[in-house]
Amino acid sequence: MNHVFTGRVWKYGDNINTDVIFPGKYTYQKMEPEEMARHALEDLDPDFIHKVKPGDILVAGTNFGMGSSREQAAVAIKAAGISLIVARSFARIYFRNAINAGMPAIRCPEAVADVDTGDEITVDMERGEIVTRNGRFPFPPYPPTVMDILAEGGLIPFIKAKIRP
Amino acid sequence: MGLTFAEKIFSRKAGKTVSAGEIVSVEPDFVMSHDNAAAIARTFKKIGVERVKHPDRVVVILDHEIPAPKESSASNHKEIREFAAAQGIAHFFDINHGICHQVFVEQGFAMPGKLIVGSDSHTTTYGALGAFSAGIGRSEVAAIWATGELWFQVPETMKVVISGSLPPYLTAKDVALGIIGRIRADGADYRSVEFAGETVEAMDIPERMVLANMAAEMGAKNGYVPADDTTQAFLKDRARADYDVVLSDPDAAFVETVDIEVETMSPAVARPHTVDNHVNIEEVEGTRIDQALIGTCTNGRLPDLEAAARVLKGRKVRVRTLVIPASWTVYRQAMKAGLLDVFIDAGAVILNPGCGPCLGAHQGVMAPGEVTFSTANRNFKGRMGCRESEIYLGSPLSVAAAAVEGRITHPRRFL
Repeated sequence: MNHVFTGRVWKYGDNINTDVIFPGKYTYQKMEPEEMARHALEDLDPDFIHKVKPGDILVAGTNFGMGSSREQAAVAIKAAGISLIVARSFARIYFRNAINAGMPAIRCPEAVADVDTGDEITVDMERGEIVTRNGRFPFPPYPPTVMDILAEGGLIPFIKAKIRP
Repeated sequence: MGLTFAEKIFSRKAGKTVSAGEIVSVEPDFVMSHDNAAAIARTFKKIGVERVKHPDRVVVILDHEIPAPKESSASNHKEIREFAAAQGIAHFFDINHGICHQVFVEQGFAMPGKLIVGSDSHTTTYGALGAFSAGIGRSEVAAIWATGELWFQVPETMKVVISGSLPPYLTAKDVALGIIGRIRADGADYRSVEFAGETVEAMDIPERMVLANMAAEMGAKNGYVPADDTTQAFLKDRARADYDVVLSDPDAAFVETVDIEVETMSPAVARPHTVDNHVNIEEVEGTRIDQALIGTCTNGRLPDLEAAARVLKGRKVRVRTLVIPASWTVYRQAMKAGLLDVFIDAGAVILNPGCGPCLGAHQGVMAPGEVTFSTANRNFKGRMGCRESEIYLGSPLSVAAAAVEGRITHPRRFL
């Protein structure tokens, strides 16, 4: 896995819930990730999907991804091109869903306070460091279990690799 | 230093003592899924294993869109039925049972000391029976179907101590909304929440289920009530297996303790569009509503319907009122108790047990500009299918009172 990500920031606020990330009315429609991506953040920022570029980084406040357990809320964001999310904090299931989708979710309140939409930042997963225009912000690197899942690109590829070595 | 309930559960499973913060890979006792089992089955097939590893640990309960309102949901259900049959999943409950969280408990799968996961955020509900029960994602369920195990981070534990006896106009729902208003939607993020205190000890299982259900809205990984005689009595002739009561040690380390006193509380209302947007009902009295919703996995059990019927008996509703019992067992109990007559006489519409309008898929979708007062657990924008509508949350007593008035009002006047 690539351990260093550099990308442009899209910043949003606190308590962004899964219903605005990926509306519940689509939850039981059969969709491929590319189609899910078209609804990413639909009820929060309808323009997001037209503005986002592959490799961009989502930055948010506290409790990002609160609400439903729907995995599409993580898959849609990733499929929209977001490489990773930095937030003040994550809702628990969202945190898991992001990692299981192969998308790092990093808790670093100090970095969140420092950046704005449009900034370019670099995130080093192994060192546990975010570099912004103004400084360097450390975060605890993931434990090996989580790094292994991310290295395989998510939980399902990870299990595939484990079952068929 | 003693261990918390969560640490004990994961220590037992891991076969070694583990503490908060550690990551372990362990085997849940049961894994629940609902209509999203079709998507899970597709992911399962991608993994490339032929058979579900432990079909006897898999529980599938159809509830989200039942009966199927459109072709896509019908195909979804068909896929699940075929998968369950092909994989020998005996614990498959078709559309004639009810909401997964109610059916899972009624059927005796929720037991003290068990580790239970489900692909629904309100899987926390089973903590009412002293289980460690948490919502997980779909891929995670597929992973458990394939391998039997999953990674977990052992959570820290927060204790909510509730004291005082509930006045007649207050319910467990008011207590839950009050707690969320106080600690906010992320107040228990990543944490295990232990509900304790005299008020909780006096609660019956349906009331405890309200607290555990709403723990999801506090951001908790799981919420639970320590198993006691009430739990044991409920599980007599119901429990599916042997179980051990697991409790936090007296000297366990809690990361935070919150004290809640109920006797001075007002009925609680969550205003749009977040569950922690809490007010005392007095502050929103007079708010006009277009629809009342009584039921769901939060408040669709017999005591909830009895509470609503106490208000509605001999009165007429002024707005369209939907009543949705949590299961067909509850439906029958309500029928035998004469509650359905009360609802029909009042002018309410009784829906078949299921998730119905709560997630906006069908049955009671709102129009732009409309307001629903609901006993459900979420009021997020667009939750009931229309982003230009508003949802207030409250107790069955408060919602029934508002149905009669057409406006939010203190339920005290109707008791």
